[in-house]
Amino acid sequence: MNWENRLSTAVNELAPSGIRKFFDIAAEMEDVISLGVGEPDFITPWAIRESCVYGLEQGFTAYTANRGLLELRQEIAALYKRNFNTAYDPAEEILVTVGVSEGLDLAMRAIVSQGDEVLIPEPCYVSYKACVTLAGGIAVPVAAKIANDFRITAAELEAKITPRTKALLIGYPNNPTGAVMSRLDLLEIADLAEKYDLIVISDEIYGDLTYGGMEHTCFSSLPGMKDRTILLNGFSKAYAMTGWRIGYALANPVIIAAMTKIHQYTMLCAPITAQIAAVEALRHGEKYMKNMVSEYDKRRRLIYDGLQKIGLSCFEPKGAFYIFPCIESTGLTSEEFAEQLLHSEHVALVPGNAFGSSGEGFVRCSYATSVANISEALVRMENFLRHHRKK
Amino acid sequence: MRELLELLEHDARRPVHELAAMLHRSEYEVEQQMKKLEKDRVILNYTTFIDWEKFGDDKVTAMIEVNVSPQREVGFDAIAERIYRFEEVRSVFLMSGSYDLLVIIEGKSLRDIANFVAKRLSTIEGVISTRSHFMLKPYKKDGVILNDKERDRRLVVSP
Repeated sequence: MNWENRLSTAVNELAPSGIRKFFDIAAEMEDVISLGVGEPDFITPWAIRESCVYGLEQGFTAYTANRGLLELRQEIAALYKRNFNTAYDPAEEILVTVGVSEGLDLAMRAIVSQGDEVLIPEPCYVSYKACVTLAGGIAVPVAAKIANDFRITAAELEAKITPRTKALLIGYPNNPTGAVMSRLDLLEIADLAEKYDLIVISDEIYGDLTYGGMEHTCFSSLPGMKDRTILLNGFSKAYAMTGWRIGYALANPVIIAAMTKIHQYTMLCAPITAQIAAVEALRHGEKYMKNMVSEYDKRRRLIYDGLQKIGLSCFEPKGAFYIFPCIESTGLTSEEFAEQLLHSEHVALVPGNAFGSSGEGFVRCSYATSVANISEALVRMENFLRHHRKK
Repeated sequence: MRELLELLEHDARRPVHELAAMLHRSEYEVEQQMKKLEKDRVILNYTTFIDWEKFGDDKVTAMIEVNVSPQREVGFDAIAERIYRFEEVRSVFLMSGSYDLLVIIEGKSLRDIANFVAKRLSTIEGVISTRSHFMLKPYKKDGVILNDKERDRRLVVSP
């Protein structure tokens, strides 16, 4: 059977991930140092792992409610009340998902009709565009500018608004750039959303990871924004729980009901093991999380300082665990840079264009790796740059 | 300063330029701070944590509970000092609970330690009784897991 012809048009039209190629090469190498990993290098704190083991011993192995364990939803509600003074009703406004990835997919499928446009500031996480496309919508990339430290402005977004624009999908702190939007920056976006009656999907998975006195602003906590925001978050990054696949969506009861409808037919519920661990993370995990954040912060300063010293210009990232240096001084494209660096110095990173065309000219370095690795990677990159200066 | 201390406590061999970058300070500043912390004896020593057993040395460690009668004026301090001055003694702590001093001793053999307890420790004036516990296997020491099997299992590149 010719399977290529039998695949759905939507899937066939989906661009393959720009990361795959590097993964294949790097996975073969012995002494590769990777700055290409988009997840914490910490293992989930033991207290959280232990609670899951205990849960299994107690026989917690069944389905949970579609929306997730009530206990977990109550903890999530308490967290948002405590940290952002924003009240979500655990019964109707919270859905526990299989990571933010599922939450994003559900949100798109719940709101996007054929041909609806969704604005997506770029560079951005690789699945944003795909989720919109798979839901039948049209992803409209809006390039954020390095001159503005990769923060998106209302004016840049407004220029792309058409009568078909239905929603705006933002993710700050940002993967891959490390950009953070201040409260003031976001207020501008909020005004725009109000003016054009846009739904705002806000992926705040890196919200706990901000540095240098920068406080995360939760989009739904802005005046008047709670009702129009679908807030997505999870445990992967802050609690080093990527493989558990556990996240949540917070929104108006109607949208949560719609997302739950899809979720119950496709996923039924998030794994109970991960839900139990997530309850523990919210009840007792904050101190471990804070320790990890403080560790990332030191590495952030180290790599920021190091990249500048070896001559790669970059703005100081204030969130997530990525830094996004400009590599134009080498005369190479992002992919050439990443590929040649991998081959000659065995340092893996991700070319910026994997996160949208406005990422061209940049590479994403993750500092979720040991200080020793960061230092060694910087030495190797300096060596590489010595041979690759634009004449 | 706290951040500097935390970094050094974790790894005392970090080069100054690395410390400076991680702390957003100049190298000169970091050097001065370290000197001051050493002078004030906040930083007492830079040591290396060695798994001697893996190296092939057989050492015996004992934790000894010591009951003493405190002395007028100086309390437990004078007797603690008489104990901690011995080279064999690695640590001495004043404890709450059923005994007074916890003394940790390292020796080459069981006999070594038995000798020390019998001849040196229990003969000190004011020592009422001792109870020795020999350490069989260290699992975790000073925050370090000795045989840590956890490792980086992440994919080498991911979005």
